[in-house]
Amino acid sequence: MSKRRIGARESNTIAYVVLTVGSVVMIFPFVWQLIMSLGTNADVISIPPSFWPSEFKPENYLNVFDRVPFLSQFWVSVGITVIRTVGQLVLCSMAGYAFARMYFPFKGVVLALILAILMVPPQVYLLPQYQIIQGLGWLNTVIGIAAPGIFSAFGTFMMRQFFMGLPPELEEAARLDGANQFQIFWKIMLPLAKPGLSALAIITVLWSWNDLLWPLIVATSAESMPLSAGIATLTSGRTITDYPMLLAAAMMAMAPVLILFLIMQRRVIDGVAFSGLK
Amino acid sequence: MTSSAVREVGVAAPAAAPAPPAGRGRRRGRSDLGWALVFVLPLFVGIALFYLWPIVRNLWFSFTEWGPFGDSEWVGLDNYIELAGDATMGRAILNTLGYTAMLLCGVPLAIYFASLLNRPGLRFANLFRTAFFLPYVAMPAAISMVWRIIYNGDFGILNYALSLIGIDGPAWLSTEGVALVAVALVGIWISLGFNLIILSAGMKGIPVELYEAASLDGATRWKQFTTITVPLLTPSIFFVSVMTVIAGFQVFDLLYALMGTQNPAIDKTQSVVYYFFTNIKTGDNGYAAAIGVVILLLVGIFTVLQFRLQKKWVTYV
Repeated sequence: MSKRRIGARESNTIAYVVLTVGSVVMIFPFVWQLIMSLGTNADVISIPPSFWPSEFKPENYLNVFDRVPFLSQFWVSVGITVIRTVGQLVLCSMAGYAFARMYFPFKGVVLALILAILMVPPQVYLLPQYQIIQGLGWLNTVIGIAAPGIFSAFGTFMMRQFFMGLPPELEEAARLDGANQFQIFWKIMLPLAKPGLSALAIITVLWSWNDLLWPLIVATSAESMPLSAGIATLTSGRTITDYPMLLAAAMMAMAPVLILFLIMQRRVIDGVAFSGLK
Repeated sequence: MTSSAVREVGVAAPAAAPAPPAGRGRRRGRSDLGWALVFVLPLFVGIALFYLWPIVRNLWFSFTEWGPFGDSEWVGLDNYIELAGDATMGRAILNTLGYTAMLLCGVPLAIYFASLLNRPGLRFANLFRTAFFLPYVAMPAAISMVWRIIYNGDFGILNYALSLIGIDGPAWLSTEGVALVAVALVGIWISLGFNLIILSAGMKGIPVELYEAASLDGATRWKQFTTITVPLLTPSIFFVSVMTVIAGFQVFDLLYALMGTQNPAIDKTQSVVYYFFTNIKTGDNGYAAAIGVVILLLVGIFTVLQFRLQKKWVTYV
């Protein structure tokens, strides 16, 4: 017995080494970005590479506000993320519950139509979506960027699977007490659905904040873009001259989600694992 | 899909069984319709407007050609015929397939790291998990900025590291052929955390007793890994592979953010979605719509292929 335990500890040493090396590779770009965003351009382009600024320039972060309409892009990102997340939580949980527990005509057909979308790559509906947004006069608006993402086939499917896993006895009891469908949903099922709801919220926040292709199509003016598109257009066209400022801008763009993740890492990871298992 | 069908039967059966004959079931059916409309209609209207109708409309667009003022004209199969002879499209498809193949190389890596993380008695597992997951939550457009500098041919860290062992590295992101590999490496770096979490959750479902019995029989760690872990993990591996293929076929963010629009190598490195995007931006909407349909067909073919092949290697317990 003791021999086996020693054996296990020995081979775990290798695991620690490999995992540590892997973790360093994963984290290095973030750390290096943070350090270099505080340095000078000469630091970034120095040969051999430097790993510490020759001179600290925190004002790189302030310069971002001169070069990019950062604040308005930040609020666009917040806006589309909040609208999509709240919208999906409400619509997907209600529809998911109905598909899991209610009886109505054509239920199977309607569900199949919604699930079929999961198989269709976004490029197939982007262009007509663009025309609809254009027709509604919503180009370059927060609601225009957020709108299609409010309605999620994936979220509906996920919530349906979740509700199907909950015991039906609870509803039967409430129904006998005279509660209607909405009361059962609101007072009994929704509180039980918190793990599913938080997983859906996490995925929607990540996806909305980082989404790039659709905002690049709908938003053409810099002020109306979310941060993802703002950063991408800032760095994609012309030759780069001020690396530290760009690194600072990129840092600021991804910081909210990174901080949120670091605070709630357990929940985020469990939520994503949850969505994958369904 | 199968498991959900099984669950549906499992849930529906007890709910239907205690219902008294006739009346009640039908009455409930009637009363549910009103509530079902309240619960499903808001979502379904949105889905129909923003997804179902656009899919039909896109198909129609793919048979049209667009003028500069948004006017369109029916051209039949012209777009598809042009696509069939379009060398850029051919190249884009090959690039997309190559990128997806490279991305799939990250799956064994994720299996290996997940098996390390799931070792009994391993400490700091949570810390490692957080580190590996970090790239997955980072905005691709933003983190690409750092990778552009790491990959830089003149002052990049990668070439500096290579020079220490006597290798003269290329300008990674602007050299044809090399650029796609460089982008795929970042793609693997990003997806590793997601794959790791899914696979690690799958590994937790494997009964410990199997490993205990195997080690009593004197099986080495490697033997246990190949005869217990991998075979019992095939459903998770399958899921991760399907997700990877779909993600690979969709690659756009990384190409756009890493390479930029002015990159001389972009024409030879672009993916199908990138080509779709270029055509949208230049107003060739009919052509873009046809590319969309081709992407749909490609994804469809590969998904069906994967599900067919799955029977040969995935073991469900």
